[in-house]
Amino acid sequence: MSKPKFVYVTYIRTTPEQLWSALTSPEFTRKYWFGVHHETDWKAGSPWQMVFPDGRITDSGEIVEIDRPKRLVLKWRNEFKPELKSEGYSQCTIELEPIGEAVKLTITHEIDRPDSKLIEAVSGGWPRILSNLKSLLETGEVALKTKA
Amino acid sequence: MDAVFKALADASRRELLDRLRADNGQTLGQLCERLAMTRQAVSKHLAILEEANLVATIKRGREKLHYLNPVPIHEIGERWIGKFERSRLQALSDMKKALEAGDE
Repeated sequence: MSKPKFVYVTYIRTTPEQLWSALTSPEFTRKYWFGVHHETDWKAGSPWQMVFPDGRITDSGEIVEIDRPKRLVLKWRNEFKPELKSEGYSQCTIELEPIGEAVKLTITHEIDRPDSKLIEAVSGGWPRILSNLKSLLETGEVALKTKA
Repeated sequence: MDAVFKALADASRRELLDRLRADNGQTLGQLCERLAMTRQAVSKHLAILEEANLVATIKRGREKLHYLNPVPIHEIGERWIGKFERSRLQALSDMKKALEAGDE
């Protein structure tokens, strides 16, 4: 893979275990990811997909690496927009690092092509998802209930 | 949040963010090119931006790559700009851009 197209970092006042559960449990994910949830058994080499509330698949791929509660690497392809799906697989890396009373959450995404529409789409989505996740873990409420 | 506003209250630092927005993931050396700042000054500004979490860095081999991290700015928007106001603000901003582009 080439260098990451973007690197997003947020600090959340929680523990790595709690953040990991929030990132991987379907009930919790639905709350901050606009109703979307993961379907996978969270084992290296297993298939992974994200599903809309109506059952359509948003993105799919494979668990490349998993080291709870530190690091998760996903092979990631869009499934519901043909122009994004045709770009093929990207790679998303999620890292958790405890720093003082918070956890540093780093999301990077890379793809082997310039001007990727997939990267443009996910880079717009992540800040909203991260901001919801942060407020949900820190205050118990999400900032945005629906996609604005 | 003080750190974010302090970091943004400097034209040189905003210029560094603009350069990362145009081309994300640059080394210190690349950022210093075509800038009227010493390497030391750029390095100091980057440290302030990183402290405010406006710049995120990763190591690639021996290189340190700098990325614009929009998350804190998004959080500021979230705090003061309600989602119902967003479309009206977007319309105003589009109109301003269109009108000002005509002046050039």
